[in-house]
Amino acid sequence: MSATPQPTVPARADDREGYFGRFGGQYVPEALSGALAQLTTAWRDARADPAFAGELDALLRDYGGRPTPLYHARRLSERTGVEVWCKREDLAHTGSHKLNNVVGQALLARRMGKPRVIAETGAGQHGVATATAAALFGLDCTVYMGAEDVRRQRLNVVRMQLLGTEVVPVDSGTRTLKDAINEAMRDWVTNVDDTHYLIGSAMGPHPFPTIVRELQKVISVEARQQFAAQAGGQPDAVIACVGGGSNAIGSFADWIDVEGVRLIGVEAAGEGVGTGRSAATLTEGREAVLHGSRSVVLVDDDGQVQPAHSVSAGLDYPGVGPEHAWLASTGRGEYVSATDEEALEGFLHTCELEGIIPALEPAHAVGWLLHHGAAVLGEGARVVVTMSGRGDKDVDEVIEVAGWDLGVARAFDRAAGEGPA
Amino acid sequence: MSALAPPVGGPARIQAAFDRARAEDRAALIIYLTACYPDADTSRACIEAAVEAGADVVEIGVPFSDPMMDGPVIQAANQHVLDAGYRVADHLALVRSLDHLDVPTLVMTYVTIADTRGYARFADELADAGSAGVILPDLPVPEADAWLAEARRRDLATVFLASSVSSDDRLDAIAAASTGWVYATGLLGVTGVKGVATDETRRLVERVRARTELPVAVGIGVKDRASAAEVASYADGVIVGSSVVRAAGEGDPAGAPDRVAALVRELRAGVAER
Repeated sequence: MSATPQPTVPARADDREGYFGRFGGQYVPEALSGALAQLTTAWRDARADPAFAGELDALLRDYGGRPTPLYHARRLSERTGVEVWCKREDLAHTGSHKLNNVVGQALLARRMGKPRVIAETGAGQHGVATATAAALFGLDCTVYMGAEDVRRQRLNVVRMQLLGTEVVPVDSGTRTLKDAINEAMRDWVTNVDDTHYLIGSAMGPHPFPTIVRELQKVISVEARQQFAAQAGGQPDAVIACVGGGSNAIGSFADWIDVEGVRLIGVEAAGEGVGTGRSAATLTEGREAVLHGSRSVVLVDDDGQVQPAHSVSAGLDYPGVGPEHAWLASTGRGEYVSATDEEALEGFLHTCELEGIIPALEPAHAVGWLLHHGAAVLGEGARVVVTMSGRGDKDVDEVIEVAGWDLGVARAFDRAAGEGPA
Repeated sequence: MSALAPPVGGPARIQAAFDRARAEDRAALIIYLTACYPDADTSRACIEAAVEAGADVVEIGVPFSDPMMDGPVIQAANQHVLDAGYRVADHLALVRSLDHLDVPTLVMTYVTIADTRGYARFADELADAGSAGVILPDLPVPEADAWLAEARRRDLATVFLASSVSSDDRLDAIAAASTGWVYATGLLGVTGVKGVATDETRRLVERVRARTELPVAVGIGVKDRASAAEVASYADGVIVGSSVVRAAGEGDPAGAPDRVAALVRELRAGVAER
């Protein structure tokens, strides 16, 4: 076998700048054209400036806790029938992969001389990461969050507020992530002179999908070296959950041109594909324009965007980043889904078998592995699963949705001196 | 050319409307109303009332679930119409039912609506319904080639938006690609929230004028007679949306056409004050 990895798909099929095949582009109001041009230039300059990479790497290491470990999850491996290696983004500062992107974009905002950042957030992880970077760099920060998500991710709202960020609940539309993005776009159109929109996923108009991929690529660059050193060779598959798709594109990026490594994105199927209560965009959607780029979207025949549904606020999005649409269209990426129920199962198994409380988002990837991993990938296949975030934020929602009685009330009773029954 | 084409194309009908206003030494008044808001019949009556009261051109907004450029008033109107179950076909039927008006109507919506339908089909449906053209605020010129080919095929106008932050190169492209008029945005921001930024907008209108013979109309931020008069002093057209939509939607639907007519008469007086 050749030592040089052979591309399994033709080299990037971008026929135009800012496109991945026919997906991507800049479908935005004219008022944003200048800001996007400025961002494109700032990004190009930053990439050519060794000082930028140096500062970013140092911050991610000393402040962010990188590299994150790659961990062989033996008990989860036994249960799933495949050899599971977890890329522990949940151990990064702020508790998810989101900081990778946020630190890089905050440095860009500083290069562009913009004193204010805004962000959308679903589960609150990107909002917390942005609030963190804003505190670190002394930037003003406003985060838009769907009112429904404010309710179900209360912990992260408090964290953002503690970090000095203004959290604006969004009451329009479905009151979730897509509406938070609309509101952030409206803010950006209004305040474009002094504000950088720090988009949290690999979506939006060019150059955001590319910037976010490159900033999240550290996940797969590290995992590739770690896997070779710890397990030897390369995995049979890399698996990550997909909402907008930032942790997934970062997990895939360094493997895209490597033959023999399957790239599997797990979307949220909510109550199930075909029920009309799902967020499995690449499974159920069609080509359309949403939030500044052409991708695959849950739209009806009229082009109206349909409400997504998922137990996970971070995956509860009716669109997906354009590069994922492209990877799906070429077959290089394989996109599957896990239901709310499967995700809760993944959540519980990760807690009980590995002592890791995962966020509900990566719990979808674990849930898919539990049900389909061995069948699809083969018994004993070696897989890297990106554990994109920690689950502290989700415990209230999990208990409410799953209706689990964990005996918290009984523990309190015992503490009050009533003794065991 | 084709037997299917209307006798006079969209751009020519729009130009005629601007010419009429100019002959009367005033700016043209362009009124935006959300289709089927608060319901189909009231919406039709409001548009007819607006024309009766002096609108030179009417923009008919086709609601979209995620109206990124719109402020609270038009967002709420969009949501109301979507919740009521109206479909794009209903809005096209509304446009068709206004074919008897002697002012041009354009459809304003987001690119997702046009794209999902298919640009060719959308252009056919609009032209067959008697629409003069479209405004798609999230379809900037660099992404518009495929749409423009269909618009040309059916002689529909495509009005592009220009912004005070557009570069000279972008304004060149906008001036070259637009048909009907060029839509100069009166502020940085969404519809119906703030007032026109006068100095920036004046400069923008001059920059566009230097590039094209097309009329230049200003919208976003114009809400009443005084602001219409102010804009009319330097632009060829004045576009008013949110305050008209508010008039259509607030209170008893039976009174909506009268409320719209009263506001449009005020605005029409404003554009003549210049």
